[in-house]
Amino acid sequence: MSEPLPVVIVIEDEPKIRRFVKMSLEAEGCEVYEADSVQRGLIEAGTRRPDMVVLDLGLPDGDGVDFIRDLRAWSDIPIIVLSARTTEADKVGALDAGADDYLTKPFGAAELLARVRAHLRRRSRAGGSGATVLEFGKIRVDLGRRIVEREGQPLHLTPIEYRLLAYLISHPDSVLTHRQLLKNVWGPSHADDSHYVRVFMGLLRKKIEDDPSQPKHIVTEAGVGYRFVPQ
Amino acid sequence: MTDGRPDPDQLLDRIKEEELRAARGKLKIFFGASAGVGKTYAMLSAARQQVQQGTDVVIGVVETHGRKETEAMVEGLECLPLKDIQYRDKLLKEFDIDAALVRKPALILMDELAHSNVQGSRHPKRWQDVEELLSAGIDVYSTINVQHLETLNDVVGGITGIRVWETVPDRVFDVADEVVLVDLPPDELLQRLKEGKVYLPRQAERAIQNFFRKGNLIALRELALRRTADRVDNQMLKYRRDQSVSNVWQTRELLLACVGPGEGADRIVRSAARIAARLDVPWHALYIETPELQRLSERQRQRILKTLKLAQDMGAETATLSGSDAVEVVVEYARDHNLARVIVGRDHVRSWRPWYRSFADRVGKRAPDLEVIQVAREESHARRPADDHTDESWLDRLKAPWQSYAMSAVICGMATVITAPLHSVFDLANIAMLFLLAVVLVSVRYGFGPSIMASFLNVAAFDFFYVPPRFSFAVSDVQYLMTFAVMLAVGLITTRLTTGLKYQAGVASRREQRVRALYEMSRDLSGALMPEQIAEISERFVETEFGAKSALLLTDEKDRLGAAVHVPGSSLSVDIGIVQWAFDHGTEAGCGTDTLPGSSVLYVPLRAPMRLRGVLALEPRNPRRLMAPEQRRLLDTFARLIAISLERVHYVDVAQSTTLQMESERLRNSLLSAISHDLRTPLAALVGLADSMSMTRPQPTGQQLEIAASMREEALRMNSLVNNLLDMARLQSGAVKLNRQWQPLEEVVGSALKAVHTTVAGHRVSVKLPEDLPLLEFDAVLIERVLSNLLENAAKYTPPGSRIDIGAALGNRAHVDIWVEDDGPGLPVGKEEEIFKKFERGQKESTTPGVGLGLAICRAIVEAHAGKIHAESRNGGGARFVFSLPLGNPPLVNTGEDDAESEDLRK
Repeated sequence: MSEPLPVVIVIEDEPKIRRFVKMSLEAEGCEVYEADSVQRGLIEAGTRRPDMVVLDLGLPDGDGVDFIRDLRAWSDIPIIVLSARTTEADKVGALDAGADDYLTKPFGAAELLARVRAHLRRRSRAGGSGATVLEFGKIRVDLGRRIVEREGQPLHLTPIEYRLLAYLISHPDSVLTHRQLLKNVWGPSHADDSHYVRVFMGLLRKKIEDDPSQPKHIVTEAGVGYRFVPQ
Repeated sequence: MTDGRPDPDQLLDRIKEEELRAARGKLKIFFGASAGVGKTYAMLSAARQQVQQGTDVVIGVVETHGRKETEAMVEGLECLPLKDIQYRDKLLKEFDIDAALVRKPALILMDELAHSNVQGSRHPKRWQDVEELLSAGIDVYSTINVQHLETLNDVVGGITGIRVWETVPDRVFDVADEVVLVDLPPDELLQRLKEGKVYLPRQAERAIQNFFRKGNLIALRELALRRTADRVDNQMLKYRRDQSVSNVWQTRELLLACVGPGEGADRIVRSAARIAARLDVPWHALYIETPELQRLSERQRQRILKTLKLAQDMGAETATLSGSDAVEVVVEYARDHNLARVIVGRDHVRSWRPWYRSFADRVGKRAPDLEVIQVAREESHARRPADDHTDESWLDRLKAPWQSYAMSAVICGMATVITAPLHSVFDLANIAMLFLLAVVLVSVRYGFGPSIMASFLNVAAFDFFYVPPRFSFAVSDVQYLMTFAVMLAVGLITTRLTTGLKYQAGVASRREQRVRALYEMSRDLSGALMPEQIAEISERFVETEFGAKSALLLTDEKDRLGAAVHVPGSSLSVDIGIVQWAFDHGTEAGCGTDTLPGSSVLYVPLRAPMRLRGVLALEPRNPRRLMAPEQRRLLDTFARLIAISLERVHYVDVAQSTTLQMESERLRNSLLSAISHDLRTPLAALVGLADSMSMTRPQPTGQQLEIAASMREEALRMNSLVNNLLDMARLQSGAVKLNRQWQPLEEVVGSALKAVHTTVAGHRVSVKLPEDLPLLEFDAVLIERVLSNLLENAAKYTPPGSRIDIGAALGNRAHVDIWVEDDGPGLPVGKEEEIFKKFERGQKESTTPGVGLGLAICRAIVEAHAGKIHAESRNGGGARFVFSLPLGNPPLVNTGEDDAESEDLRK
């Protein structure tokens, strides 16, 4: 293969879990570097030119969120966060700081690889085509002409609904927090009105989803935010 | 200012006032020019109308004075029985306020607002009863004559020559919600009088006949009409202000009335009140205590207090300040409070003191920018001797121990003896000087009386021993008479000055003593850590400073008054009823106040910045001592210090318990998260390692893969058990903080279905949520958990292919009901409640996995959201679990605006 292997850095203090993550990723064809602390992680990230970081939030020498902020200062590579359940606030904090996705422990190899693949694919696509027409399910969105169609029929969206959809589409497979959506769709002054997002998301689902109560594309991550799943 | 916007402060005041008014009862006053115009009759007919409209009307007091028509009006109305009050071996009838408050009618009739209650009633005046009724939310109808209004009282007295002593503060009249003028032309009134239809008390009949002269009646009628017109005018002004009709903002030229110690002070106060009312501005009344004025007699002090009280009743803000220069204090006070006009009494012109400058002049000179208004005092009565400056008569002041007089005589003798040998050496004038020195010494050392005696003795001795002819009182040269006169004058003046200075020094030291007492008390209080210590300190200081026994009654956490704090050796019996009253009203009660002045105990509410902290009860051995203004001020400060200390102690407790609570919560949380981390990490590794087994080289066999898969499955199940246990522990310890957000229910149903989709894959799930369901406030993660648990249960206990329905509907009591139902085998009969208990399962011996925590967790979560959860049998078989969430007030989300915007965009 002429294309270089994608480089992934795994920052996790638990050796067993690190080993399993490394094994899974290598089986997927990635080049994996390990780190067991924030300090080591930053050094690896700075020297290995990674394509992705898998980060555990509870590290012995510091907060994973600080790592994300540091990394985001100079890089926009995908970051997948590993965290325990019942700590939604930590996840939201990590996502707001710039993480793209999260996995709740315990997780299986299949889940991990699905996320890794999706983000690597997104990354390679973002570098390549500037496609303005996107399709998912029965929906076709033409970002250049600002037209949304459902099964070939034009679909009327209000300006906010359209902005919301456009923002979701431009961040596929990533978890977007309420705060992120408010900031980018409504503007910074609305940062605390999270019910706005929920109400408009409900309206958007009614127009886009086949069954709004069991959505396929705009998936709710309870207590955290939303994820847009293109297929 | 020319902008028409009302001043925000004033608006706020008005809103507060309106709120206050809404809770208060309404006062309607039937206002008349004099007795006999038919106020009571008018009141009763108005009351009868109210009865017809179904209002609950009760007569508190009505004086029919035996008139037939009026008595006929009373008939059929409920009458509150009067209370008997023993007063100087007579049994008197008086209005029973407690009975009225217990009865709590919608409307009560209280005739004669100005009436003075019999001693021993709760309040000295009926209008105070009325105030209490109003604040209890009872509407009141009452009557009053124009001469009973405080500010018009002296005017009416001037017109008719009869002064009534029962007055009502204008404030009461002004804040009345409605005033009805009952008017009768004088001729008709006189006619009624002739027919005997007007009640006249037997005694003083002639004086009253004088009162009912036509001229008087016309004047009174005019006063009454005018007063009513003023009120209507005020209402108009207020209306304009409320509606912001007026664009005129008068700069508020506030008034300051200076109250002096003289007779006419109340006249100044009345004038100031009238002027303030006319200008519609607030006003202050100020009394300045100079060192000289501290020697005033008890009677005068009482009068000053009364005058200040009067000013307060008339709506003034009163203050008593001390300072050596009254003018300076007045000017400073006026500047501090932004008072533009100063009202002072006119000084009497004294032609024999041309250099004397009136108080008004002096204020004017000191502060040229202040407007000084002089008002006439009452015609100066002949100065009564008792009004003289000091309490002590001259004879009193001469009082001194006999030793002082003896010493004075000895010093005079010594002066004579010392001067004897010098006579030949010195001039007579210098000898006289030595005698003067003796007088000064005596006056410094022994006080007024002995010093006066020394003055005379010295003159006598000088004359007898030295003035020729010596050893006789005869005088050869007339010029020595002059010497005697000067010697005597110098001696007396020195005496007066020195004793005056000594008196002032005494005053100063008493003041210092008070300050020291305060200082010591605050120092002691600052070290107190428990209410008992505070009670002990307060008791000690009240005993030494006021000579009074005292007790502290404190509030508990629920703001209720408890029993007196026990201090060993204290034995004050308090009337818990008065204590409660003083506490509820936040005003002093008992001895020497407006409320139950007959009691021997004074009850002072302890007002701290946040709230009332209790009541200080004290029983002075000498109540008059407590009445002195400086003592009252000292007591107020004491009470405040005690209250602040109590509050401090209270907050120390609060802070301690909060710290403790926080500490234990933190400990619990960190323990739980440590456990959860330690339990989950190996499980996570187990799941991951089981997965990675399939990636090992060489490729594992099918059997190995199967084993890895079931390892993974078991680890995941173990994980869900651990989750359940930890969640239960968290919920039970109260460590869960709800992260409540307004959100649509649909969303959480969707995420719950996604979370359990593998479990319910074999079932037919359908969701039916009403379109118009409002936003609900809940913690998405926890409610997702409730729904997941219910769905998992439904999947677990029904055969594959069964139906699972999720639905919701607006329930009763402002709740939304949400249910999960299935068409499976249903619940064991009679176990609908038990399954929510911990470690309880539908079937005891079952192969279905789980420990029976799922429903217990659901219940804990739903109850934390102030909802309810229960299970029942579904119609047509199957189980049905219903939980409810409160509706609340969801925030508005404007989706319409967005649509309007889109119209523009599409063009």
